[in-house]
Amino acid sequence: MEKLFPKLQIINENGEWNDETYKSEITEELTKELYTKMLRSRLFDRKGVNLQRQGRIGTYVPFEGQEASQIGSALAMGEGDWMFPTYRDHAATMTFGHSLKTLFLYWKGRQEGCIPPEGKNIFPPAVPIASQLLHATGAAWAEKLKGTDRASIVYFGDGATSEGDFHEGLNFASVFNAPVVFFNQNNGFAISVPIEKQMKSKTIAQKAVAYEMEGVRLDGNDVFAVYFHTRTAVERARKGEGPTLIESVTWRYGAHTTADDPSKYRDQNESATRREKTDPILRLERFMKNENMWDEKWAEELQESLTAEIETAVKEMEEAPAPHYNDVFDHVFAENPWPIESQKEAYAHSRGDR
Amino acid sequence: MTTAVDTKKLTMVQAVTDGMRVMMKEHENVIVLGEDVGQNGGVFRATDGLVAEFGEKRVIDTPLAESGIIGTSIGLAMNGFKPIAEMQFLGFIYPAFNQIMTHASRIRARTLGHFTVPMVIRAPFGAGVRAPEIHSDSVEALFTGMPGMKVVVPSNPYDAKGMLISAIEDPDPVLFLEPMRCYRSTKMDVPDGKYNVPLGKAARLQEGIDVSIFAYGAMIDVVTKAAKVAEEKGIKCDVIDLRTLYPLDKDMIAESVQKTGRAVIVHEAPGTGGLGETIMSLINDTSFLYMKAPVERVTGFDTPVPMFALEDHYLPSADRVVQAIEKVTQF
Repeated sequence: MEKLFPKLQIINENGEWNDETYKSEITEELTKELYTKMLRSRLFDRKGVNLQRQGRIGTYVPFEGQEASQIGSALAMGEGDWMFPTYRDHAATMTFGHSLKTLFLYWKGRQEGCIPPEGKNIFPPAVPIASQLLHATGAAWAEKLKGTDRASIVYFGDGATSEGDFHEGLNFASVFNAPVVFFNQNNGFAISVPIEKQMKSKTIAQKAVAYEMEGVRLDGNDVFAVYFHTRTAVERARKGEGPTLIESVTWRYGAHTTADDPSKYRDQNESATRREKTDPILRLERFMKNENMWDEKWAEELQESLTAEIETAVKEMEEAPAPHYNDVFDHVFAENPWPIESQKEAYAHSRGDR
Repeated sequence: MTTAVDTKKLTMVQAVTDGMRVMMKEHENVIVLGEDVGQNGGVFRATDGLVAEFGEKRVIDTPLAESGIIGTSIGLAMNGFKPIAEMQFLGFIYPAFNQIMTHASRIRARTLGHFTVPMVIRAPFGAGVRAPEIHSDSVEALFTGMPGMKVVVPSNPYDAKGMLISAIEDPDPVLFLEPMRCYRSTKMDVPDGKYNVPLGKAARLQEGIDVSIFAYGAMIDVVTKAAKVAEEKGIKCDVIDLRTLYPLDKDMIAESVQKTGRAVIVHEAPGTGGLGETIMSLINDTSFLYMKAPVERVTGFDTPVPMFALEDHYLPSADRVVQAIEKVTQF
């Protein structure tokens, strides 16, 4: 199966060419855009972990190490397309249009963190596992019924492939030829459970075969491989040629969440080694150096401006006016039924507000 | 001047079909999906003829996967469609519970109204038709206790069509429960075309001053019989068909018990955690000092619905309801 579904790569770990198919499109401009977006998300992620440690936000879900998977895939999507993230995919959603302030608000426990900017079809993060594959399929099916060429992308992890909704999502999308890209980030662990205990299958991409669907396995730390192969999948979807299952093989360096201790279930030296060898950002830096695109001053200034942008977002998050308790009551239905209205009134009364 | 509206004699299941047909004609974004709803017309024929009239793009035979049906309907609903998703039986809804509980019912609240899920889930339910195991469950209270869901149960063909139309027009997810015992038990004049029976409103079926009886769905037939027996004994019952289980018609419930001072609540779902408890607390909140006797409940037992050889023991009967009526009047 690993032979049938080889891990596609465009540049290798040393930043050298492995596949020159897209060479003419890999311009300095695109490369710098990808580098900028990856660095931005990494700095954001580290800030998120720090803010949690300082008690300034709640539990945070880090994604460091998975930047290429999320950014390469999100950049392949177009205006008007749909994105269905999990709680670990803020690099994808910030690339697709979420503001950093909104993302921080989510982790500060604010409902506003679930709301995308106007015109951006970003669903709130799925917290149950694999349920979002069906929403992505339904939304894509709706686009097909409307006769548009819009598509959905949906993110999920290796553990999600064991859920029934994973199979139902793939099957429905296959049967109804819905324009969906099923983007799996295989980071090797579902919290503590390694993939060998999750499945006997050697790859996740092979599961596409059962649904008569394209299956693609790629190096999820090679941002070019992710971008170009996802773009191909999206193009296929737009043309009515059906959904694709992409397995993006990657690694999370840190914990499942800030409430988790990965040293309990895996040797964290592995993460240290991978940081040196296979890191997606370092790989792009090596590539840029090899291709004479690297400029030390540019990189330093970039780091400074991104840090400033993130600090501004933290400030905006912390200065956001406190939410009103009416938000608890007023959005369950289009109109409050009497039980909710009377509970709201009683609560206001208990506070002396009316 | 009155306008003559044509009517047809329809069973409840035919009225349900007619409700869907009317709304599908009027709104292109209304679609029907579920297991066997296309060519077969549904196992109860509730979607009979719809695929011929509206085509396979709008009347969709889905794969056999309840979570898949509800999950994709959520995606369709929040992207411009109005799915009417059929669960073949309410007892088969459990694989979809996660989708309803964690997504359909709360996406509006999670996003402060940015995304909404205007969909209808139709499900036949209840015992008394000699169905196989699991097919007879009455688990409406799992959903009345689910913030963000409306739950409705018609008891006759006229209400079935009018309430289904209202459910389809509702901007939020509605669980539309269809009592199997009522599907073909009676025919009734049902107007052609579109009309609404509002959600959230109960109906008074019989005016009385001695005892209020609250019931819904297939239990309406049972309590109507019981009220007749009571009347022969000189007890006049105020019979209320609740019709909507969430949100309940608080005003009619309060008004009725404030008049009678006595109440009997009847449902075939298990007593513990059942709607009866909610209605009792509502009576407590609104009408405590009007009550002349403790409220009586006649319900299914806290047991799985038995296989059909025993189901008549499980189901509330007119006899049990009469006994409850006598108990509250003799208190």
